[in-house]
Amino acid sequence: MTEAVMEAIDVVKILGRGPGQVQALRGVSLTLAGGELTLLMGPSGSGKTTLLSILGCILSPTRGTVRICGQSTAGMQPEDMAMLRRDRVGFIFQSYHLFPTLTAADNVRLALDVRGEASRSAIARTKEALAAVGLSHKMKSFPRQLSGGEQQRVAIARAIVGNPSAILADEPTSALDSENGQAIMKVLAQTARDQARAVLVVTHDPRTFPFAHRIVRIEDGLIIGEEKGKAGFN
Amino acid sequence: MSLIFRLSWRNLFHDRLRFVATVIGIVFSIVLVTVQMGLFLSFDRMVTTMIDHAPADLWIVPRGTKCFEDPSLVDERERFRALSVNDVAQALPIVIGFAQWRLPSGGTTPVFIVSSDTRVGGLHPWSLVEGSLADLAVPGAVAIDQSYFDRLGTKGLGANAEIHDQKVAVMAVTKGIRAFTTTPYVFTSLDQARAYVGTPPNKATYFLVSLAPNADVAGVRTRLRTILSESEVLTPSEFRSRSRSFWLFGTGAGAALFAGALLGIIVGTVIVAQTLYSSTKDHLHEFATLRAIGSPGIYIHKVIILQALVSAIIGFSIAAGIGLIIVDATAESALPVLMTPTMSIGLFLLTVVMCVLSSISAIVQVMRIDPAVVFMR
Repeated sequence: MTEAVMEAIDVVKILGRGPGQVQALRGVSLTLAGGELTLLMGPSGSGKTTLLSILGCILSPTRGTVRICGQSTAGMQPEDMAMLRRDRVGFIFQSYHLFPTLTAADNVRLALDVRGEASRSAIARTKEALAAVGLSHKMKSFPRQLSGGEQQRVAIARAIVGNPSAILADEPTSALDSENGQAIMKVLAQTARDQARAVLVVTHDPRTFPFAHRIVRIEDGLIIGEEKGKAGFN
Repeated sequence: MSLIFRLSWRNLFHDRLRFVATVIGIVFSIVLVTVQMGLFLSFDRMVTTMIDHAPADLWIVPRGTKCFEDPSLVDERERFRALSVNDVAQALPIVIGFAQWRLPSGGTTPVFIVSSDTRVGGLHPWSLVEGSLADLAVPGAVAIDQSYFDRLGTKGLGANAEIHDQKVAVMAVTKGIRAFTTTPYVFTSLDQARAYVGTPPNKATYFLVSLAPNADVAGVRTRLRTILSESEVLTPSEFRSRSRSFWLFGTGAGAALFAGALLGIIVGTVIVAQTLYSSTKDHLHEFATLRAIGSPGIYIHKVIILQALVSAIIGFSIAAGIGLIIVDATAESALPVLMTPTMSIGLFLLTVVMCVLSSISAIVQVMRIDPAVVFMR
C-alpha cells in the first residue's frame, strides 16, 4: 500500500432542508490508499452512495474535510470540483450510463474529450483501455449491441482511460450474472494493482469479497467496522 | 468528425420525428421572415423607383411634400428663380398626377401620369422593350409597362385608348416599371400630361435641377433655399428617405411587414426552443453523466449549441430553397418578393442567432442538473 489518495475526515452530510432533512453521514473518516481495492458495504440508506459522491467530488460535505491527492476540496466552486473529478477520479455506475448513440470506443474517448484531449494519442489510449478490459474486438459496437457485462467493461475502460488516481464504483456487479460479475471484479482488481491508484467499490454483492483488500462497513451514516479482505492477505 | 460534433449530431437525429418537427418550425419561421422582408425590400425599392431613375442633382418640390406621388404644385416662377442661381444648369419640370384611362371594354381605370419634356431630358421611361423615347414626342403617345396590358385592356405597342377623353396611342412599352399602389404608371410628354391631370401651364409638380460640372451641391442648395419661398430643395437621397418613411411608416405598411417578420422570428424561436428543451430533457441522464465524469460546463454548452447550429443550417437551407421558389413565382406580380445576397446572409445569421438563443433554455436546464442523479438508477 502507498500514500493516501483520498481522505474523508470527520465528514458530515445533511441532505434536504427543514423538517425533511436527513443526516446521511454523521462524522465519517475514511482513507483510501493507492494499490488498494476497498469494498464499502452497508444496507440501503446507510450513506454508502453519499460517501461515494463526496469522495468523488460530486457532493460537498456539510462539515468535515475531503482531500484528493492531498488537495482539500473546501470552498471549491462546482467548475473546480468538475475539474478535479475529470483529472483525478474515474466513475463506474450501476446502470453503466453509456451514451447509446456512441460506439464503445467513442464512449471511452469521451472521458478524454471532455479534458480537451482530441488528438491521435486519445484514440491510442482509448484502444489501450478497451484492450485492458478485453474489448478490443467491440470498439465499433454500440451499447445496445453489447451484453450487460460488456457494457460494464466499457464503463470501466471509460473510468481508467484518463489514468485517474481513484476509481469509484457504485454497485458495478449488481446487474450482472455471476460469471460477468466475477469478470468485472477481476478487471477492477487488476486496476487496483497500480500503486498510485485506489479503487472503492460500493456493493452488497458477497461475490466481490475475494477481490478486496479491505472491507468497510457503514450503517446509519457511521462507519461501524473494517476488516481485511482476502486479497489483503496475499 | 470531432466527438463533440458526433454527440450533438446523434442526439439530434436520435429522435427523427422530433428533428423533422424542429426543421419544419425553422423553415416555417424563416420562409415567413423571408417573404415579409422580401416584400419590404420590394416595397422599399418601388416607392423610390422614380427618384432613383430621375437624373437630378437636386429636387425642387412643393413645401411639405411627403412622397413622390404627392401631386401638389410649384409655380413656374420658382424655376426661373432657380435658373438665376450660379451653377444651376437646368431646372426641368415634371408633372405627375392621377387620370382616368378608358378601357376598350367600357368603364375606366385610374392611371398615374409621369411626364417630363421629351425633347430635353428629364424623367423618362427606362427598360424599354418596344418603341423608343423619340416616339413619345408624337402627339398622343404614351409608354406603359407590359405587366399592365391586361389591366389597361391593351394588346401592347400601337394600341389605342383614351385618357381624360383624349385619344392616346401606346408608342413605347417598358418591362418592370411597376407601381406599388397598383395604379399603372403612364409616361407621356409634358404638355399632354398637363391636359390629362389638369395642371395649368404655369405650374409643375417638381423641378429636376441639374448642376454645372464640379458645382458644389451643398452650396447651390443653400442659395436655392434662400431664394425659393414656396418650395423645398431636396437632395435625391433626402427625397428618397422622405418617400420611404411616408409609405413605409406613415401609412403603417412597413410596420405591418415588420410585424409579420417579427412574428415569424418569435414563432421560430419558440418552436426551436421547445424542441431543443425537450430533446435535452430526454438526454438529461447523459448530460448528468458528462457532468459526473468532470465535463466542464462549456463542453456541454457546445454540445447543445452545436445541435442548434445543425438545426439552423439544415432549416435555413430548406427555407432558402423555398424562398427562391417564391421569388421566382412572384417575379412578374404587382409586388414581387425580392431576395438579395445581403438579405440571404442576414437571414442566415438571423436563423443562427434564433437557434442559439433557443438553446439557452436547454442549457439552463442542463446546468441545473445535479450530477449525483447518475447514482439514482
